[in-house]
Amino acid sequence: MTREQFRPADHPHDHFLLTTVVGSYPKPKWLHRARDLWNDDESKVDDEDFEEAKDDASRLITKEHERAGIDAVVDGEMRRNEMVEYFAHRIDGCECNGPVKVWGHNYFDKPSVVEEISYAEEWLVSEYEFTSTVTEQPVKVPITGPYTLANWSFNEVYNSETDLAYEFADLVNEEVEQLVEAGARYIQIDEPALATTPDDHAIVGECLERIVDGIPEDVRIGLHVCYGDYSRIYPEILEFPVHEFDVELCNGDYEQLDVFTEHEFTKDLALGVVDVHDKEVESVDQIKENIKKGLEVVPPEQLTVSPDCGLKLLPRDSAYQKMENLVTATREVEADLDAGEIEYGNPTVPADD
Amino acid sequence: MTQYVSTTPGLCPLPDWAKDQLQDLKGNQREDLIDGTEDEAVSETYSQVRDDLIAQQQDADLDRVVEGQGRWDDFLAHPLAVHENVETHGIVRYYDNNNFYREPVVTGDLTFDGDVASELEQASEHVDAGLQGVLPGPYSLADLATDEHYGDEDEFLAAVAEFLAGELDAFPDVETVFLLEPSLVENPFANERGETVSEALNTVTAATDTDVVVFPYWGALEEHVYAHVLDAEFAALGYDLVSDHDNNIYNIQEYGSPDDVALGVVDGQNTLVEDPDTVRERLAWFEEQTPLEEYGTVYATANVELSYLPVSRYKEKLAVLEEATKQEVVA
Repeated sequence: MTREQFRPADHPHDHFLLTTVVGSYPKPKWLHRARDLWNDDESKVDDEDFEEAKDDASRLITKEHERAGIDAVVDGEMRRNEMVEYFAHRIDGCECNGPVKVWGHNYFDKPSVVEEISYAEEWLVSEYEFTSTVTEQPVKVPITGPYTLANWSFNEVYNSETDLAYEFADLVNEEVEQLVEAGARYIQIDEPALATTPDDHAIVGECLERIVDGIPEDVRIGLHVCYGDYSRIYPEILEFPVHEFDVELCNGDYEQLDVFTEHEFTKDLALGVVDVHDKEVESVDQIKENIKKGLEVVPPEQLTVSPDCGLKLLPRDSAYQKMENLVTATREVEADLDAGEIEYGNPTVPADD
Repeated sequence: MTQYVSTTPGLCPLPDWAKDQLQDLKGNQREDLIDGTEDEAVSETYSQVRDDLIAQQQDADLDRVVEGQGRWDDFLAHPLAVHENVETHGIVRYYDNNNFYREPVVTGDLTFDGDVASELEQASEHVDAGLQGVLPGPYSLADLATDEHYGDEDEFLAAVAEFLAGELDAFPDVETVFLLEPSLVENPFANERGETVSEALNTVTAATDTDVVVFPYWGALEEHVYAHVLDAEFAALGYDLVSDHDNNIYNIQEYGSPDDVALGVVDGQNTLVEDPDTVRERLAWFEEQTPLEEYGTVYATANVELSYLPVSRYKEKLAVLEEATKQEVVA
C-alpha cells in the first residue's frame, strides 16, 4: 500500500489514520495586500518583492499545517489565485475575460479556450520543491483535474467538452511526471466537477488512465470529489486507477454515506470530517463521531481524515482550529481503536435463508 | 406578420465593481448572503446595480428590459431564500452547474412576501416601456426547495404556486413576465402529476393579465411533460435551441405550440459571441422546421439566465440579440 510511507516515525499508535487537508487555506491579509500593490502600477512592489511575499506565505502556512499536526501537508496553495484560472494562465490556448459567479459572492476568472491548448510553463513543480524544503513532513500536491478544467472553462474550440478534457488530461500527465521526478509521492487530482453530470465518470476514468500513464505505482494518487451526487458515480469510480477517494460528506450531514456502503469500498476513503462553509469549529467529540462514520464504510487501514474541501473561505483562526481539532480527534480515535473500544465495519447482513 | 422581440431571462452578471463592493460589505460565507433584511449600505449598492443593469439593456436597445435580479444570490431559489418562513441550510449544487445556492427549507406557511415585486417597482422608475418581470416557475421553485411544512409534494407545489401568484399580483405594470422552469427539463415529473403541474402553472398565470412566457431550458421537455404544460393557460412557451434543437422541434411537430414562442438562440453559457447572422439563421431555421405554425410574437433570447457570463461577453451578447431581431432585417 502507498499510505504506510506517510506514517510518522514517532507515531504514537498502532492504528494510523492518515490526516491531511484538501489543499487551499486562507491567505494572510498581507499577501492580498502585496498582490494589490504588485498589480498597482504606481507602487514600487515588483515581481521579486511579490515572489518573496509568496515564499514567506508558503513557509508560514506550511508550518501552520505542521503545527496543527497534519501528517501530509500542503502550503495552502499560497501561490495559486484560484483552482482553474491559475492553470489556465500557464496553458497556451486559454484566455480569461473576467470573473463569473460560483455562489454568493465567490467568483473566478473562468477561462475561455480560444485555440488548441498546449503545455506552456510548469504549473506546480517549483511550488512542490519549495514546500519540500520548508518541512520534513510529506507534502501532498493537489492539482486540478482535466475534467474540471474542461467543465469550468468556456469551450470555444473543441467539438465537445470530452475532447477538451482528454487534451487537458495529457497536459496533467506531463505535469505529474515532472512532479514525480522532483520527488512528489502524493498527488491529489481535484475533480469537483465530477458527479454533476450523468455518466461523467466514464470521461473522468479515461482522463485518469491518461494521467497515470507512466507514473510509478508507489506514487499515491488521490481523487477529490465534492458537492456532487455520489450515487451517480459509485461504484463505477472503484475502477479508476487511483488509491484514494476524498469526499465531502460533512456539509450534507453524511446523508450520502449510504451510497458507499451498498458495494464494498475497495479503495482508501479520505473522509471530510469538518464543514468548510461554516466558520463554527466542530468540537473534537463531534469530529470523532464523524470519523466513525468513515469506519462504517472502510476499516481503519483504509481511512484518511481530512476536511470536506479546501479551507480557504474560512476565517484563518477557524481554519486552523478545525485542523487542530481534526488531528486531536483522529489521534483519539486511533487510541480508542488500539484499545479495542471502537467497533467498525458494516452491521452483519442477515443471510437470505 | 411575426413580431420579433429581443429579451433575456434575466439574472444578469453583477457589474465587476459591485462584485468587489458587495463582497466587502456582505462577506462571503453562506450566512452573509441576502435574506431580505439588508442594511442601508447594501441596499444602496444594489440600487446602483439595478440602475447599471437596466442602463446596459437600454444601451443595447433590447425590446424588453429586466430588473436584472442582481440581489438573487441563490439564483432561482431567491424568492424563498428571503421568506420569513423559510430557513436556508447548507449550499447545494444548482442543477448540473459549477454553481451553488443555499438550500431553502420551508418551515411555515408561504405567506405573501413582496420582495420581487418591490425590486420590480424600483426598476419601473427607470423603465418607460418594455419592463419584463422574471420569476421562477412554480415547478422549479418547489423542486429547488425542501418542504418541512406542507408534507405532501402536490400540496407544496400548490402552495408555491399561490405564493408566486401573490408576488405576480403585486407587480407593477409590466409588458411581459418570464417564468423560468428549468426543472421541467432537468427533473421531469411523472405522468400522473401532469394535471397538478398544469394547475400550478395556471394558478400563477391567472394572477396577471400580462403575457406570461413559460421558459424551460437546458434541453427539451419530455413528451408527457410537454403535453401537460401545453394544457396550462399562458401566452408563450420557451424552447432552448442551443441545448437541444432537435427534440424541441420534434415536440412542436408532434404536439403543436402556442402562437407565441421564446427561442433560446444565444448561448448564455459560452463566451463565444454569436454572429447576428447566425442568430437570424437559427430563427429562420426554427420557422422552416415548424411550417404548420404561424407565430405571432417570437421572443429571441439567451437560452439560460445570464449570470454565467463575464460582463464583457454578456454585453456583447445583448448587442447581438438586438441586432439579430431588427425587424427590417428579419422580415
